[in-house]
Amino acid sequence: MTTPVQTVEAVPSFPSPLKEFWQSFSANKGAVVALFIFLFILFCALFAGVIAPHSPIEQYRDHMLTPPAWAEGGSTQFLFGTDELGRDILSRLIHGAQVSLMIAFMSVVMSMIPGVVLGLMAAFFQRYLSPVIMRLMDIMLALPSLLLAICIITILGPGLINTMIAIAIGTLPSYVRLTRAAAMAEINKEYVTASRVAGASTLRLMFVTVLPNCMAPLIVNATLGFSSAVLEAAALGFLGLGVQPPTPEWGTMLSAARDYIERAPWVVTMPGVTILISVLAINLMGDGLRDALDPRLKRAA
Amino acid sequence: MFSFILRKLATVIPTFIGITLVAFALIRMIPGDPIEVMVGERRLDPEMHAAAMQRLGLDQPLHVQYFTYLGKLAEGDLGISLVTREPVTKEFLTLFPATVELAICALIFAVLFGLPAGMIAGLKRGSVFDHGVMGAAMTGYSMPIFWWGLILIMFFSVSLGLTPVSGRIAIEYDIPVKTGFLLIDSYLSGEEGAFKSAFMHLILPTIVLGTIPLAVIARMTRSSMLEVLREDYIRTARAKGLAPTRVVVVHALRNALIPVITVIGLQTGALLAGAVLTETIFSWPGIGKWLVDSISRRDYPVVQAGILVSATIFIVVNLVVDILYGVVNPRIRSHK
Repeated sequence: MTTPVQTVEAVPSFPSPLKEFWQSFSANKGAVVALFIFLFILFCALFAGVIAPHSPIEQYRDHMLTPPAWAEGGSTQFLFGTDELGRDILSRLIHGAQVSLMIAFMSVVMSMIPGVVLGLMAAFFQRYLSPVIMRLMDIMLALPSLLLAICIITILGPGLINTMIAIAIGTLPSYVRLTRAAAMAEINKEYVTASRVAGASTLRLMFVTVLPNCMAPLIVNATLGFSSAVLEAAALGFLGLGVQPPTPEWGTMLSAARDYIERAPWVVTMPGVTILISVLAINLMGDGLRDALDPRLKRAA
Repeated sequence: MFSFILRKLATVIPTFIGITLVAFALIRMIPGDPIEVMVGERRLDPEMHAAAMQRLGLDQPLHVQYFTYLGKLAEGDLGISLVTREPVTKEFLTLFPATVELAICALIFAVLFGLPAGMIAGLKRGSVFDHGVMGAAMTGYSMPIFWWGLILIMFFSVSLGLTPVSGRIAIEYDIPVKTGFLLIDSYLSGEEGAFKSAFMHLILPTIVLGTIPLAVIARMTRSSMLEVLREDYIRTARAKGLAPTRVVVVHALRNALIPVITVIGLQTGALLAGAVLTETIFSWPGIGKWLVDSISRRDYPVVQAGILVSATIFIVVNLVVDILYGVVNPRIRSHK
């Protein structure tokens, strides 16, 4: 199996792994469109300070609950309208992208790294460590991830960092299980034995020899983890357990908007549509990635 | 078969013990002194503090506390709510049927629409219908259901005035509790309009909670159907001249359903997590809303019980699914 993240010198007559990857990825039209949408959201997040027309926390007291520009009574000054405190919704959504993507990225990193290490350890030390690690993961899996996150937030208290930690802990078991399964499939192959006989240390075997060959399912899982992290962060925010106001977070925006459902539907619609489009784009991208990286999974929709 | 069930049970026990440990640790891991956390703003002199510690058994060594906790659990005692001063078990028992009723309706909704949609999409692979179903399923799967609930309320309740906004039944009905399931109770009560009111209250929460399971079931049924249709026995059935509907219904569907059943079981987790959000939006008096309310009220015995109970439900349902799977598919039974 090839690792597409590395740019290897192209061997004549074979397409480079990167090119090969792009060929199978771009065969999925939905995934390509999704990729561009995701890049757009990423761009908004990275340059939020520059492209947002207003400050996300500035309250324009004269313009409370202004409808969006295309609706009656709206103005181009506030394209998506303003919320109950007169804050510009578009600016809050753009800055919210920053918060959401950062939570998602950090929680994926924070669960992937320990997850991979634990999974490799479980695969390499099957007699002693594996039962302990896997039982622990079973306990964590016994709680649906949102409930586990709520449980952790109860202990740590709400907030940006704690949201990341809570989501990261919730997704940890999937990485451990995937890594362990993938590593166990590789561990008895000849190249691993060869490298062991050649005197490679266990650490080297774990991270240099075996790990690169387990990356495909991990990357796919990370993409899915990314989209569910966006959803979960929004859900926690909606319940009032996530990022605290006045930080512009998509879910928190929705929870404040509930009271204005009749008078100002746009306050409810905009954040939700943004969440839906982002999550949908990441999921579609994940589908394309899976088809491109892991041909064996292609059949399972 | 019996030994298979025993083996499955044995794998669940350590998990369950772990969950009790987590629930036990939860209260003790909250930063700060537990008594002060419970009392909140009020001042407390040292004597009362010591007395409270003793009353709650918090002055005992941790392992003694844990075994006391386990002993109480075995008796069905989940502690006393700090806010209402009622036994948590009692509160739980009145709220639990509301969640179960909602979850069952959501699951029925998901299966009722997801299964046929996935099946037809699989049979007509590549058609407009297939693309439509798969697109809709992907959207449903990506749906922030708390927003979906608000949108449905906005459209059906606020704009069209078709469905009620929140609660389980209109306030004028006083239905005697028999089963705890309002649909059944209101029907039994014979009161005019009560059943209709309960039903109307259920529609939107059911759709909201059922959306993600519906999407997952549709996707799974489709891919399972595609897989089965490639099998040799389908070709054989077709070759010997069976009617196409018979091939699909008798030969393909029955085999395609096996993985779908597992997926339906696994949706319990999604339903439990979804119940927290759905119940919050619709003010549905179930255990999900109870849990969230208790967190904001810092009612820790309730949070502890809620976590323990949800995890137990999840474990038990998955155990039942595992066993059912063994019943349906004998190969699993002998395997490990």
